[in-house]
Amino acid sequence: MDSIDASIVNRMQEGLPVCPRPFDDVAATLGLSVDELLSRLQRLLDDKVLTRFGPMFNAENMGGALSLCAMQVPVNRYEQVTAEVNAFPEVAHNYERDHLLNMWFVLATEHPEQAGVVIRQIEQKTGCQVYDMPKQEEFYIGLKLAV
Amino acid sequence: MVLNEQDRELIAAIQGGLPLVAKPYAAIAAQLGLTEDEVLTRLETLQTAGLIKRMGVVVKHRALGYRANAMVVWDIPADEVERIGALLADEACVTLCYQRPRRLPAWGYNLFCMIHGRARDSVLRRLEQIVACHGLEKFPHTVLFSSRSFKQRGAHYVETDSRQKHLRRSHG
Repeated sequence: MDSIDASIVNRMQEGLPVCPRPFDDVAATLGLSVDELLSRLQRLLDDKVLTRFGPMFNAENMGGALSLCAMQVPVNRYEQVTAEVNAFPEVAHNYERDHLLNMWFVLATEHPEQAGVVIRQIEQKTGCQVYDMPKQEEFYIGLKLAV
Repeated sequence: MVLNEQDRELIAAIQGGLPLVAKPYAAIAAQLGLTEDEVLTRLETLQTAGLIKRMGVVVKHRALGYRANAMVVWDIPADEVERIGALLADEACVTLCYQRPRRLPAWGYNLFCMIHGRARDSVLRRLEQIVACHGLEKFPHTVLFSSRSFKQRGAHYVETDSRQKHLRRSHG
């Protein structure tokens, strides 16, 4: 990753316009041809620095729901429970964290009422209680991850 | 707004990412049997209605060398949570800040923020500075670093599987 890649990552986080040729302005700003920008973006995706270029949805406005869930998973069953939890397509992120509640995952469902159903299925599958902590308020953060 | 079947097909086509070509919306239009104008107009509507925040990228912090991913959680009284949430969100190193319900007795924290940094000690130093600078010593807080990340993908909002589609329709 060089300084041009870093500028691309920073610029792309701001978003691209919805127009026929969305990459043209970014390429011009960075002094690149569109082809070079696209091939660098493809490489950043291949290297898994970026996950995808696409729409950032607002889950609530989409009618769906996002919730942060935590579980206390016995250490000797951690790998198995991880596999069981990640097998649910509604599980979007899953992190091991150093706390008594040691598994933290984000549940994304198309409808809010599905969250409870999936949580009960996860509890039945894993035998672990799920603590569900949907957001009550989001405090506004600008885009500021400088590479 | 209510999504119609065409919106659902459009969202299903782009939720995993747009093709990296000079005219991505024309490519999506061709795939769906629409015109490029129809795709652009519909996406603008979805954006104006707030369903789509923007067209952008998801950055993987770990791949960029931000290996210390700290979830800092606080126990803040109800009448203070608004003020403290806003001031944490203003800190340059804070990338997310949410108020969430406590789950007593297992979990007593109601304000969550994420701090990304290159190393654990620099994240902890930064947190100490934030605590000292805003006088947050009196509020119980703790840091949960992530040791492993098992799954990281964007959420999918529209089921593309035909069985799921059928179930959704049958549920009205």
